[in-house]
Amino acid sequence: MNARKVHSAGRLALQLSVLLLLLVGLGALVGSEGFAGMQLQVDLSLIADIRLPRTLGACLAGALLGLAGALAQGLFRNPLADPFLLGSASGASLGVAIGMVLLTQLSQLNMSPWFMRMGITGMAFMGAWLAVALSLVLSWGVQHTLRLLLAGVVVGVVFGAVASLLLIMFPQIQGSVQSFMLGSTAYVSWAACGLMLAVLVASWLVSVAASPLLDGLALGESTALSLGLPVKSLRWLMLAVLALCTAAAVAQTGLIAFVGLAAPHLVRARVKAVHGKTLSLSCLMGAVLLGAADLLARGLMAPLELPVGVLTAILGGGYMLFLMRGMSTKSVAHAGGRS
Amino acid sequence: MHLKLSHRLKWMGACMAIGAGMFAFSLPSMSSAQSASTKQASSASQASSPFSLTDDRGHRVVIDKAPQRIVTLLPSLGEIVCELQACERLVGVDRYSNWPERVKSLPQLGGIDDTQLESLVKLKPDLVLLARSSRVTQRLESMGITVVALEPQNQEDMRRVIQLIAGALHLPQPQERAQALWQSIQKKLDAAASRVPVNAKGMRIYFEAGSGYFAAGEASYIGETLKRLGLVNVVTPSMGAFPQVNPEFVVKANPQIIFMGERTATDLKNRPGWQRIEAIAQQRICAFTPAQSDIIVRSGPRIPEAADLMVACLKRMFPE
Repeated sequence: MNARKVHSAGRLALQLSVLLLLLVGLGALVGSEGFAGMQLQVDLSLIADIRLPRTLGACLAGALLGLAGALAQGLFRNPLADPFLLGSASGASLGVAIGMVLLTQLSQLNMSPWFMRMGITGMAFMGAWLAVALSLVLSWGVQHTLRLLLAGVVVGVVFGAVASLLLIMFPQIQGSVQSFMLGSTAYVSWAACGLMLAVLVASWLVSVAASPLLDGLALGESTALSLGLPVKSLRWLMLAVLALCTAAAVAQTGLIAFVGLAAPHLVRARVKAVHGKTLSLSCLMGAVLLGAADLLARGLMAPLELPVGVLTAILGGGYMLFLMRGMSTKSVAHAGGRS
Repeated sequence: MHLKLSHRLKWMGACMAIGAGMFAFSLPSMSSAQSASTKQASSASQASSPFSLTDDRGHRVVIDKAPQRIVTLLPSLGEIVCELQACERLVGVDRYSNWPERVKSLPQLGGIDDTQLESLVKLKPDLVLLARSSRVTQRLESMGITVVALEPQNQEDMRRVIQLIAGALHLPQPQERAQALWQSIQKKLDAAASRVPVNAKGMRIYFEAGSGYFAAGEASYIGETLKRLGLVNVVTPSMGAFPQVNPEFVVKANPQIIFMGERTATDLKNRPGWQRIEAIAQQRICAFTPAQSDIIVRSGPRIPEAADLMVACLKRMFPE
């Protein structure tokens, strides 16, 4: 992993894949007792029902966030862009807050309205989508990057404020919403894994196919147009993919900071390649990051679990600062997505 | 504030209507169950027949035979199980459960939002009792574990919850046992109320349930106990069970007695305007220790104990 001078995308992909397999294997072994309780003769149903889905779920969510991050940074041509830029994070937490309020207030009615059947994850998903859709409507389309970003900020602030209002009015939901905001991979089920895998495969195929747009955009909007790319429709497509990836990950695991921002940077620090390759590598990198964080979250203070989102922020942030220190100013600019 | 309050009132109205509706709905079924149990003289045959109930999520749950390995993820639910003489069937509890003594030796499985799923499943429970908002409900059900969500909201509601748990556990003569527990709670509450100093009766009280002016209103189970003790809550039922009140409201209401937790009861005089409050001027403040607060804030079978703590403090306030 510390091979700094890797320039081949293939080699990095191989390294990351091996690491990922290792993490999944370890994830199946590390249980509620942490690293100390690691043993081979454990209950197989426990591994199949709980450990494997959560380990795979963490990797899948990480891959989704990594892909979304790479897409966002390419689309907005901004190295600071992350998957939550268009308000999806606040939208998801508002969805969770509304879901919890309905759950605690309405369920006494002995009836469950149709939208409650989706559960809290469904509400988070809807909230994230709604926020992105609203950002797009408020910015009157996708043409103006600046307008889009501003709309995203506004929607994020407003949705966040409404969520806070709900928290004050219904203090009993505070714990649930807070734990959602910290992120957790502890309760991912096989069904959730299947859902995330389906979204990941579809999004990955679409975004790799459309990645020439990002390469074109990196040279400037007019260049992209002069290359004959259908810039507008490809942008819509990519934004839809970005929103889908983020919403799918957020709904299942809560708000997990930094993976989406850091994964593309970590990839670009090692490999200079076209977006088609960096997108795929960001997927792998995100999966490795969140998979490792999940492992540590379970193991460090077992049987207590740390919120995995807190861990990704601390570790990812620390590693990125370390990386920046080692790089020359020029390569920082390169890592910034303008290569 | 106006908008918020009116909104909340609407909610409160809806909730109360829902609660009342549900209770009206559950009453006939309860009485029919009771008459059924009196018809069937042998309790053994009833214990073996499946028990079905509608839990607080509105889900119908059928429990075929007496559960022997029970996990509770809410302190009050564990306390009810133990008070129904089924404590030995508990195999795991949540982090906050600390009563009765036996519960302290059981594996602790985390809180509502960070339940340790793996440790829980390892205990191989055949019944998990938890709060409505628990995060593990769906995961447990997908693994075929019977889950019942119950959350007593007020004292009358607790009677329903006790009855449902007694039935779910397939206790011999469940209705009678639940009824006996309920009546002993009522008797102890009456006894506590009879010991309240005469001078304290009818006084205005403000109960701060959490820092940041979160009050226990008359509509809450704490408020119900206060009312039973003859105190007048400044937070009326229409304001909700545990509303966050305006600081000005408390000063204006001028409570004569204040109850709160020890941790928040520091420097009360320096809260703006509080020197003018009668309770502050007369030093009529009960600050409960964290251990006492544990008892007071739980809507479980220890409500009489909470009432005793309150009465003891009132007695110190008004020595006779």
